[in-house]
Amino acid sequence: MTELLLILVGAVLVNNFVLTQFLGLCPFMGVSGKVETAVGMSAATLFVLTLASACSYLVFHYLLVPLGLEYLRTISFIVVIAAVVSMTEMIMHKTSPLLYRILGIFLPLITSNCAVLGVALLNINQAHSFTESVLYGFGAAAGFSLVLILFAAMREKMQQCDIPEPFQGPAIAMITAGLMSLAFMGFTGMV
Amino acid sequence: MNLLPLLSSRNQTLTTAQIMLLVLVAALPGILVMAVFFGSGILMNIAWLILCAAVLEAVVLKIRNKPVRKSLGDYSAVVTALLLAVSLPPAAPWWLGLTGIFFAIVVAKHLYGGLGYNPFNPAMVGYAVLLISFPVEMTRWLLPSGAVAQLPDFSSVLSSFLGQTATTMDALVGATALDQFKLDRGSQTIAEYWTDNPLFGTLSGTGWEWINAGFLAGGLYMLYRNIITWHIPAAVLGTMAMMALLFYDGGSSASHGSPFFHLFGGAAMLGAFFIATDPVSGPTTNTGKLYYGVLIGLLIYSIRIWGSYPDGVAFAVLLANFAAPGIDHFIRLSKQGSSHAE
Repeated sequence: MTELLLILVGAVLVNNFVLTQFLGLCPFMGVSGKVETAVGMSAATLFVLTLASACSYLVFHYLLVPLGLEYLRTISFIVVIAAVVSMTEMIMHKTSPLLYRILGIFLPLITSNCAVLGVALLNINQAHSFTESVLYGFGAAAGFSLVLILFAAMREKMQQCDIPEPFQGPAIAMITAGLMSLAFMGFTGMV
Repeated sequence: MNLLPLLSSRNQTLTTAQIMLLVLVAALPGILVMAVFFGSGILMNIAWLILCAAVLEAVVLKIRNKPVRKSLGDYSAVVTALLLAVSLPPAAPWWLGLTGIFFAIVVAKHLYGGLGYNPFNPAMVGYAVLLISFPVEMTRWLLPSGAVAQLPDFSSVLSSFLGQTATTMDALVGATALDQFKLDRGSQTIAEYWTDNPLFGTLSGTGWEWINAGFLAGGLYMLYRNIITWHIPAAVLGTMAMMALLFYDGGSSASHGSPFFHLFGGAAMLGAFFIATDPVSGPTTNTGKLYYGVLIGLLIYSIRIWGSYPDGVAFAVLLANFAAPGIDHFIRLSKQGSSHAE
């Protein structure tokens, strides 16, 4: 139980995927303009990442390992993730139009989020069990969401700042992300 | 400058300059106690950082074509310099202070547009940069006078400031109370530990409890003068005390220290009253301030106990700064939600 809790806290805060492992930076910079879109992206990522880490665990341990094809893991995980995203999109489109409207545009974007592939590969590297893999995926997505939403709120507030011209836009966003990463160093050593 | 408002209890509307001056006055007791325990090194830090801050501020304002005199006259750079200076080890080398104040004034403050816009507390940005980049220099604290060591004389303070490692200084520096408590305690119970280490006073290490008491007095003065509200300090200190009480088991070898040890150790009071209360980088509503304070208290205690840094005030404040716009956003949303429901 403590083990599982540590995995969760580790993935959300201590080894935060965006601010300490620097994965998933494209959506972090791209979708953090407004809080509403950040929340939508977060929900979609939470859903897909948890599902994809479960699927990639199954594919690795019940398909690749028996066939002796472990070296194909990267390419097969990419296929698995793309398949999971497309399946989710189609099923959601049919069954829950509301959810589809909220998450719709963000779903295809997740395919290119390197954090998803990162989680799948790290799960194999760290020899996580099935439960641990799912929890690690969920924690990674929760940490991503937390940072993304807070960053979006901060960027909305920064709209009113009198930022010197050369630093406006992405430049100051990068500097802010750097300072946030500095703050996350405080969690070092907790897990 | 009219100094009369420093003495009256209620203010009408104070200018930024007057508020900043009051903050400087409120910090005096804590600084005086620090000077008693750590000697002239701490005053050297303060003088050097204020000089650097003023020059950097003037240069940046000049580059940005802003009125230099008006902005320098609001003393905000002086307050930032002071807060960073008391966080540095006494008689820190000159380049350490200069690097820190550069990140505080230029990166954390002026890249975001200057006073009133900085999303992170400038002094704490400077401190965190230094702690991560120069961990050795940042943990060379002087041993407080009286307990086990003599204070260094002025000439060794000066040579240490100039960057020469004087051998006379090496004998006089050591870890702070929180550092030692965390790393070198072994399996002693707290009572045994106190008797074995003359460095420590009754509560939280010789000197440190008096330094914290000094900053507490200054903080209460700021409350009395309505410069800060009670929400953030009360939430920070209350949460720290609650956490310490929750994980305190009466002083066994696995104990994490009493609530008194945590409230009067390290930078607790300085953080709660002077650093966390920065109005620009915190939330705007009173409810938001309570959440913000609780978050800081939780983080300080967690970093002190479970993290790898001895004190967590700087990181806790930066993390809470990061969360502050989000806190404001969701409080605004829930207010809108409840007014729609009516």
